[in-house]
Amino acid sequence: MRYPFPVGKSDFIQGDEAIARAAILAGCRFYAGYPITPASEIFEAMALYMPLVDGVSIQMEDEIASIAAIIGASWAGAKAMTATSGPGFSLMQENLGYAVMTETPIVVVDVQRGGPSTGQPTLPAQGDIMQSIWGTHGDHMLIVLSPSTVQEAFDFTIRAFNLAEKYRTPVVLLTDAEIAHMRERVYIPKPEEIETVYRKLPQNDEEAKLPFGDPHGDGVPPMPIFGKGYRTYVTGLTHDERGRPRTVEAEIHERLIKRIFRKVLDHKDEIISREEFMLEDAEIAIVTTGIVSRSAVRAVKILREKGVKAGLLKLNTIWPFDFDYIEELAARVRKIYVPEMNLGQLYHLVREGANGKAEVELIVKIGGEVHTPMEIVERVVG
Amino acid sequence: MYLKSAYEIRDKYLRKDMLPTIFCPGCGIGSVLQFTLRAIDDLGLNQDEIVWVSGIGCSSRVPGFVNFDGLHTTHGRALAFATGIKLANPDLKIIAFMGDGDAAAIGGNHFIHAIRRNLDVTVILINNFTYGMTGGQVAPTALKGLRGTTAPYGQFENPFDIANLAVSAGANYVARWTVFNYLQGINSIKKALQKEGFTLVEFLSPCPISFGRRNRMKTAPELIRWYQKITVPLAKAKKMSEEELEGKIVIGEFADRDRPGLVREYQEYIKRAKKMMGWEQ
Ligand SMILES: Cc1ncc(C[n+]2csc(CCOP(=O)(O)OP(=O)(O)O)c2C)c(N)n1
Ligand code: SF4
Repeated sequence: MRYPFPVGKSDFIQGDEAIARAAILAGCRFYAGYPITPASEIFEAMALYMPLVDGVSIQMEDEIASIAAIIGASWAGAKAMTATSGPGFSLMQENLGYAVMTETPIVVVDVQRGGPSTGQPTLPAQGDIMQSIWGTHGDHMLIVLSPSTVQEAFDFTIRAFNLAEKYRTPVVLLTDAEIAHMRERVYIPKPEEIETVYRKLPQNDEEAKLPFGDPHGDGVPPMPIFGKGYRTYVTGLTHDERGRPRTVEAEIHERLIKRIFRKVLDHKDEIISREEFMLEDAEIAIVTTGIVSRSAVRAVKILREKGVKAGLLKLNTIWPFDFDYIEELAARVRKIYVPEMNLGQLYHLVREGANGKAEVELIVKIGGEVHTPMEIVERVVG
Repeated sequence: MYLKSAYEIRDKYLRKDMLPTIFCPGCGIGSVLQFTLRAIDDLGLNQDEIVWVSGIGCSSRVPGFVNFDGLHTTHGRALAFATGIKLANPDLKIIAFMGDGDAAAIGGNHFIHAIRRNLDVTVILINNFTYGMTGGQVAPTALKGLRGTTAPYGQFENPFDIANLAVSAGANYVARWTVFNYLQGINSIKKALQKEGFTLVEFLSPCPISFGRRNRMKTAPELIRWYQKITVPLAKAKKMSEEELEGKIVIGEFADRDRPGLVREYQEYIKRAKKMMGWEQ
């Protein structure tokens, strides 16, 4: 297979470009989107590359159509992705819920930008943390990953596809304008260096008859994609294991929704990824995600120089959230600081996790700039 | 055309475990479904290569009853989902079963853009002038003066003429019939299914329960008699003045052309891309 970009070597590229290349290496062959800053470069790169790898890149009429198209493509057997920013992500929410309910593997990239509504289109923010987790309707479970470097944008995109395929679920890659537009050195592996996961397909007619069952006991049913003669009916209505609408029985709804939760939560340990930095003996913990982690690393080093036993917890997966781990951490430290580029979103999750075992303090920065390390340091040392 | 018995069609194409359908007595959706299945049967199309898509509404429940691959999606969005299915696997033939509210209100944008792209899909559109599933609110097709729960004193807005909208947006094939014109209806669906690009067959379909009841037509026969009164065949309409056509609905075949479909256009686009990049073998 020939790739439209160099593989097996490093390249100096933007975050958006890294996401597009990673998607193609992960096997994505369907992209549908609608332009929005700062996500447009993902689309533009996909538009350039997709036809060359016999994939599809199409500009839809809006974001609702974009996510709809990728769900359709996924049922036709393709690995599929769309990318947008906050306002477009809001438009996608109904169909994101549909993808959860129909257990459709898709990857949705949200490149966060500043402000509510259209806000500050070119500046970074972390205002969609809650939206990515809770934006859609009803009881639902999905996976949210959050990179902090261009290399991570690349690596996490591949991981997003793998998790989506493995657990038959939508995965949100939550990045921001800073990472999207920043250029960094990224290692673009050869395809054989990458682990790529493909969804389970039914092995026999029995399995195909249960497109929403649990024949393997792991909560993840094999996906009978269209055109293989299985005659699968997929509906967003509450349905039984065979996919038949069953909208009034409480037990059937509960069984379906609980399995959708279980298939992710039972594999929490594999899905949740975090990095700890100088946390073993820390008395002060800084908990961050995404771009802010980079300032926080520096802040921890400065604090250590100043004799403050600080450590960093960087969350790579922000949903599912490891509340238990935060509670253990809170029991070990005196205080937790949560610097984030909004008026408090991750903060609420951390505070719930800490469960009163440590004081949790929010360090806000909004308006389009990332916290400087000193801004974090000064808040910690008072 | 040799007409097979309805039982034969039912046994061959419906999912027995899903029956009975949710449709009310006198509802026209079942008839249109039968026309569609007869057209498929007559053409001898492969059941495993057809995907049915739909949005939300009574009409959109149809894919659940037929024994084909089917995607029952969100309200109005069926054609956006269909775009992904078709481009990801062009070997699949797609039938979209939609309501008038689904296609022309919430889904209006997807509808005109799917037509503009000439997406390869056959749309079977149930026009009952109302939102059946939610209990009889006015639809964007409701003629002036018709009543719905959200216009209890009679609709005051102008209606959409869906078929004409589709013609202007560029559909390859457009026809409109009432459920009463079954032979023309079946023939139109057959034509539509054989064509590349966007094809639409619209049916004026009785909804006695949500619509008829509120407009002094409680039964399907009453509604059909009303359709006979308000519909005008295309040839006749051409000779009528605008005033004479006021409040009437023209039926017939409105477009039959062969512009390249989206799949073919995209395949050409891939070739062009590879050529421009010096990639062709
Ligand atoms: C986003 C959204 N808005 C509203 C609804 C409620 N709803 C369900 S069916 C329907 C209208 C269906 O009317 P139509 O498309 O004409 O189909 P019919 O039932 O008449 O066949 C509406 C508004 C919904 N399901 N989703
Ligand atoms: S409400 Fe109307 S459209 Fe819906 S099933 Fe009943 S008669 Fe048919």
